[in-house]
Amino acid sequence: MLQIKNLHASVNGKEILKGVNLTVNKGEVHAIMGPNGSGKSTLASVITGNPAFEITKGEILFEGKSINDLAPEERAAEGIFLSFQYPIEIPGVSMVNFMRASINDLRKSRGEEPISASEFLKLMRKKKELIEMDSQLTNRSVNEGFSGGEKKKNEIFQMAMLDPKLAILDETDSGLDIDAIRVVANGVNKLKTPDNASILITHYQRLLDYIIPDFVHVLSDGKIVKTGDKELALELEEKGYDWLKG
Amino acid sequence: MSDEILYEVTSSEYKYGFTTDIETDIIPPGLNEDVIRLISKKKNEPDWMLEYRLKAYRTWLKMEMPNWAYLNIPEFDYQAISYFAAPKKNAPKSLDEVDPELLRTFEKLGIPLEEQKALSGMAVDAVMDSVSIKTTFQDTLAEMGIIFCSFSEAVQKHPDLVQKYMSTVVPIGDNFFSALNSAVFSDGSFAYIPKGVRCPMELSTYFRINAANSGQFERTLIVAEEGSYVSYLEGCTAPQRDENQLHAAIVEIVAMKDAEVKYSTVQNWYPGDKDGNGGVYNFVTKRGLCKGEGSRISWTQVETGSAITWKYPSCILMGDNSSAEFYSVAVTNHHQQADTGTKMIHIGKNTTSHILSKGISAGVSNNSYRGLVRVNPKAENARNFSQCDSLLLGDKCGAHTFPYMEVSNDSAIVEHEATTSKISEDQIFYCNQRGIDTEKAVGLIVNGYAKEVLKKLPMEFAVEAQKLLAITLEGSVG
Repeated sequence: MLQIKNLHASVNGKEILKGVNLTVNKGEVHAIMGPNGSGKSTLASVITGNPAFEITKGEILFEGKSINDLAPEERAAEGIFLSFQYPIEIPGVSMVNFMRASINDLRKSRGEEPISASEFLKLMRKKKELIEMDSQLTNRSVNEGFSGGEKKKNEIFQMAMLDPKLAILDETDSGLDIDAIRVVANGVNKLKTPDNASILITHYQRLLDYIIPDFVHVLSDGKIVKTGDKELALELEEKGYDWLKG
Repeated sequence: MSDEILYEVTSSEYKYGFTTDIETDIIPPGLNEDVIRLISKKKNEPDWMLEYRLKAYRTWLKMEMPNWAYLNIPEFDYQAISYFAAPKKNAPKSLDEVDPELLRTFEKLGIPLEEQKALSGMAVDAVMDSVSIKTTFQDTLAEMGIIFCSFSEAVQKHPDLVQKYMSTVVPIGDNFFSALNSAVFSDGSFAYIPKGVRCPMELSTYFRINAANSGQFERTLIVAEEGSYVSYLEGCTAPQRDENQLHAAIVEIVAMKDAEVKYSTVQNWYPGDKDGNGGVYNFVTKRGLCKGEGSRISWTQVETGSAITWKYPSCILMGDNSSAEFYSVAVTNHHQQADTGTKMIHIGKNTTSHILSKGISAGVSNNSYRGLVRVNPKAENARNFSQCDSLLLGDKCGAHTFPYMEVSNDSAIVEHEATTSKISEDQIFYCNQRGIDTEKAVGLIVNGYAKEVLKKLPMEFAVEAQKLLAITLEGSVG
């Protein structure tokens, strides 16, 4: 599904990714771990096309096609979703309107008809139940005045609504208490199918107690320095990252 | 990066820029007493109206153009424009007599003039250049004692009412443009709501400048008698022209005891092209008088057009317990300049006023809020709350806030809050990541920002205004 080949990327002229190679297949869950400043969030931003970052070398293929030159909204239409580490507030725009605009624009770029009002409301209800989201949240403005936990849950709700092929979850567990992590993880697990894939970017092993990864990668100084299975995460928890450097 | 984007997204074309090819009766450019006599004669006005005009003209001659606004106003030659232009077929008795070309124009603008088609349940007075073309639903309204007609018609048919109220809210010599308007005003709308009557439909005036090289000077007078209610809408568009067109209007509202008047405007005069050529100069004096106890006046405006906007819809809170509101969204793009706001003058006891202003600037435009809250010495327990927000799209535009407060009574509570924000790259990227393209994202964010004001507009108008905001800012984001 996703193939990243020798990816170099920089922000404001400073190179952050220094040759990342990664392959993600359908049905797989990958965890990317690593110390602060290793380039984890940059990787998520570059895959989703954040214009603040520049690809200087290498290629990102999604379903066999290079997406290097695609705009962020085009990548979204291909089926790539990012759960933001810091979800953005959009005052005055209700979640309902936002989701409707999102779904219809994605449909439009795929050459599909807009969703009908009743179909949309049904879908909202279903997905809210699935991830156990308080129905009041969708009547509020996008992320405005949401608590940290509500924001993260709202990201998973959007993921459920948009049903992406590839979901990248950037530090979805950070700032959450253990109950919130469990709820978010349950949501992610329920959304997992043999046809989609996800990349979990995380600092700590604890999220991986709830979402079991098929692969664990360690990103350090802009490169993947080690790949293993879920045992690697436990090892990292115990030993830290220092033994992998150098 | 995002600044460039913002800059790009706000460069769309003006949708209403067509001209109507129609025979126009236009008088030669220039302004003097003979021209005023000519206008008055063409309109077959009574002597008192001519005297009023001449007095205004003489007052105007002694006045100077105001220069205190944060606007760069080019020299304007008042002798170079024509002060009267009218479609030739005048004063139609029925719709059949209206020039079909005119009907098509208003149809194109989405203004229903054929009553059977006017499903929106809105009575419309359509004003093209200097003349009212057609007022709909007059008979239906007349059954309730409501008068809704063009100003010229009111001068002929209801001279007592016009004489009684005209200039009681905006005196002739109030300012340079009010004096000019009083001398040369062409037409406009007149509405009178009798005691205890709740006007069953929205009254609406639609102004259209068509003739080249002419000014439009309309005046509107609304009188709401005791316990009555009316909601009034005003829309404005103009063709795209290279030269600047002058628009100097007056709106006066009088609200008696317990009467309520809501006045909503969607102003979309031609703003000029991307490089700042052409566009309408909009110098407007709008003022409401809460004359009776417990009266209410609210102004809601969505300002997206005009090259220059100079406009301060105000309220004089004379009656005890009266209240006034001002809700405004002003958008400037490209080279547009807007200096707009309100004045709330508290005179009666227990009066309240609420100001909510949302400025949006894009391109290389300048957008200023200017507001005065005055509490007179005898205005016990006056209460005002003002909130002025500015949203910047890009880093080449400006937003300014000039609040003035003059409080002469210790019991007053006057509050002012102001914020300035930018559409952030993060917000745009967040929308992009959800599949929403940048242009649409800006529309979404701006509409969210302006929501509190938009929701004050009547339903049909709100939808229009939302679209207009998105269109106005097309090409302003990168």
